[in-house]
Amino acid sequence: MNRTTYLLAGIVGSFALSTFALVLVPQAQLGSLQPQFTDDEGKITDIYPIENRGIVEAGRAVYISEGCVYCHSQQVRDEQNGSDLERGWGVRRTVARDYMFDSPPLLGSSRIGPDLANVGSAKWRNEPADENPQYKPAKRDAAWQLLHLYKPNVIVRDSKMPSYSYLFAKHKITGQRSVDALNVLTEPGYEIVPKPEAKALVGYLLTLDKSHALKEVKTATPEVAAK
Amino acid sequence: MTAVATAPTSTTAPASAGDTSYPAVERAAIDASARWPVLFFFGNGLLWLMLATVLGLIASIELYSPSFLAGIPFLSYGRIWPAFTNTMSFGWGSLAGLGVTIWLLARLGRVRVKFPGVLVTGAVFWQVGLTYGIIGILLGKTTGLEGLEIPTGSAVLMLIGYLLIAVWALLLFSFRSQSTPFISVWYLVAALFWFPWSFAVAHAARVLPNVSGVVQNLVAAWASQNFLSIWLTSIGLAAAYYLIPKVINRPVHSYNLAAIGFWSFIIFTGMTGAVRLSGGPIPAWVVTLSIASSIILLVQIVTVTANLVLTMRGQYHMVYHSPTIRFTFFGAIAFTVASVIGLLASLRSVDSIVHFTQFQNGQSQLVIYSFFSMVIFGAIYYILPRLVGCEWLSSSMISLHFWGSAYGGGLLAIALLLSGLVTGSALSAPDTEVHFNTAMDLSSYFILGRIAGWIMLAIGHLIFGLHFLLMLLRIGQPGGEPTLFAPMGEQEKVLH
Repeated sequence: MNRTTYLLAGIVGSFALSTFALVLVPQAQLGSLQPQFTDDEGKITDIYPIENRGIVEAGRAVYISEGCVYCHSQQVRDEQNGSDLERGWGVRRTVARDYMFDSPPLLGSSRIGPDLANVGSAKWRNEPADENPQYKPAKRDAAWQLLHLYKPNVIVRDSKMPSYSYLFAKHKITGQRSVDALNVLTEPGYEIVPKPEAKALVGYLLTLDKSHALKEVKTATPEVAAK
Repeated sequence: MTAVATAPTSTTAPASAGDTSYPAVERAAIDASARWPVLFFFGNGLLWLMLATVLGLIASIELYSPSFLAGIPFLSYGRIWPAFTNTMSFGWGSLAGLGVTIWLLARLGRVRVKFPGVLVTGAVFWQVGLTYGIIGILLGKTTGLEGLEIPTGSAVLMLIGYLLIAVWALLLFSFRSQSTPFISVWYLVAALFWFPWSFAVAHAARVLPNVSGVVQNLVAAWASQNFLSIWLTSIGLAAAYYLIPKVINRPVHSYNLAAIGFWSFIIFTGMTGAVRLSGGPIPAWVVTLSIASSIILLVQIVTVTANLVLTMRGQYHMVYHSPTIRFTFFGAIAFTVASVIGLLASLRSVDSIVHFTQFQNGQSQLVIYSFFSMVIFGAIYYILPRLVGCEWLSSSMISLHFWGSAYGGGLLAIALLLSGLVTGSALSAPDTEVHFNTAMDLSSYFILGRIAGWIMLAIGHLIFGLHFLLMLLRIGQPGGEPTLFAPMGEQEKVLH
C-alpha cells in the first residue's frame, strides 16, 4: 500500500468510526423506544408520552417556523449539569422518551428566554403570585400567553422578546366583542384577535409538560417555585 | 492504527510546499487554468459574506432592542438568526473555502484544471439551493433542527452542486504529478470526503421515518460540529500549512509533528459532536465519549500550534510586512485559542455553567471568523494577484480590512464569551435567588459590544469587497512584487 492508500483508508475509517459511535449506536439504543404504559390489573390506566396531533402539531409548526427554538430551550438538566431543577424549571430531568414522538425535538441550545419544557404544567399555569409580580403573573394561562405573544413587555418588564403582533389581527367590532379578543387597549371600536397561528401556538405551549413520572428517571419531591 | 499512523511520517517526504520545484511558467499556466472557477468561488463567497454581515448586524440590534424591526415576520430574530448562521457557513465559508481548495490542489498537485465549467456549474447549483434555503428560512419554512435548517429540497440541490465540485477537486488530486502529497493535501482530501458524508447522513436521518426523537438532535449536533471542526477547520489549516512556509520561504518545521496532528485530528474530531447536547436527554455515554475525544484533541492543538509557530520562528517581522502572513498567522493563533476554549467548554464543570449561554456562539465565532475567515483572507491576498496578473492596489486598504476583521471579530467573540460567562455564573448561583430575567439583563452591555463588533466587521468587509472588485477590474499595482505593509530591508528581501 502506498501513502495515498493509507491516507484514504484513514479518512474513510475515521468517518466510519465517528458515524458508528455517534449515529448508529445511539439509533440502535433509542430507535426502539416505546411509550410507558401503566396498568392496573391488566387494564391500561395511563400512557406517556402520546403522539402530537391536531392543535399540538399545528402549534409545533408555528413554533418551528417562528424560530422560537433559537431563544427557548425545551430540556431540563439534572443537578450535576446546571441549576435547572433548583430554578423550578421542572421536577425531573428530561430524557429521550419525553421526545420520542417529536420530529424533530425542539431541544434548543440557547436560552435568551427561559426554558419552556414545562410551560404548560399545572404548576406554571397556576402558580401563586409572589413578591415579584412584575416577573411572575398569577396565571400563565391561555389569555396570559396570548397577551404575552402580542406584547411581551406589557407583561414582563424589559422583556427581550420581540412582539409577535403579526400573529394577531385588528378587527372592527361589529355587534358583540369576539370571545377571543385580547384584553388590551386599542383604537376605540376595534379589537385585537389572535389569528389561527397564535391560537395553535398557545395551544401547543400549554401542552408542554414533562413532569410525568418515568421509571428511568428520579422525580424530585420538593416543589420549587418556578423562576 | 499503527499502520495508518506510519503512513505520512516518513522523514524523506517533502516538508515544504512542493510547488516551487517546477518552473514558474508552469505555475502560471496552472493559475491560468484555475482562474475562472476560483474567482467565481471567491467573488460569490464575498457576496454571501456581505449578506451575512447585514444579517449578523440586524440580529445583534434585535437582541439589544426587541422593538427593532418588530412586527415584520421575515425580519424577526427567530428567522434572521438561522439565516445568518447558514449564510455565513454555507455561503461565505464553504464557497471561499472551496475556492482555496481548488487552487491549492492544482498548485500542489502540479496539475491544470480541465473543464473549469464543471466547477462553476457546481457552484451555481450550490447557490441556487442555498438561496432557496435562505428564502425558505426567512419565510418560516425550516426543518427546526439547529444547524440543519435548510429544507431538504434545497439541501439536495446543494449536495448535487457540491458533488460536482468535489469530484472535480478529487480528480485534481488523483491526476497530480507530485506523488507525495503535502500536508495541506491531506487536510483538503479529508475535508472533501467529510462534508458530503456528514451533510447527507444528517439530512437523511431527519427524513427517514424510523429515526425519531432525540437521535435527530444528536445527528444534527454531530453534523454541525463536523461542519465547523472538520470541514472549515481542515481547509483553514491546509491554507495555513501552505501559506506560512511559502511566504516565509522555509520548510514546515516538522513533518512528523504535522502527521501526529493530522491523524489525531481526523480520528477524534468526528466523535466530539455530542458535547453540544451535554446534560441533555441523550445517553450519558455519548457525551462522555465526546468529552474524552475533545480532551485527546489537545494533541492536535499542541502539535499544529508548535509546528506553525516554530516555522515562523525568527521571521515574526513578516507579520509587519506581509498581508498574507499577518492574516494567516492571526488565524493560526486564533485556531489555538478557539480550540483551547472549545476543550475547556467541553468539560462538565465548565459546560454546566456556560451551556445555553452565548459562550458557545463565541467559540463558534472564533472558529469560523477569527480562525477560518482570517486564514482565507490571507489566502485570497496571496492567490488573487496570481490569477488576475496585478498586485493589490493599496496597502492602507489591506491594513484597514485587517483592523476591522481582527478587532471587530475579536470584539464580537469576546463580547459573546464574556456575556456567556457572566449570565451563566449568575444563573448557576447556588441560591438561585437571581431571577432569570435579571441574569439576562446583565448581557445588555455585551450586546452593545456585539453591535460595535459587527460595525467594525462591516467596515472591514466593505473595504475588502471594494479592493477585490478593483482587482477584478485589473486596477492595481503592476505584477511582480507583492504589495507589502512596509518595505522590506535589503537583507530581508533576500530572505523573502
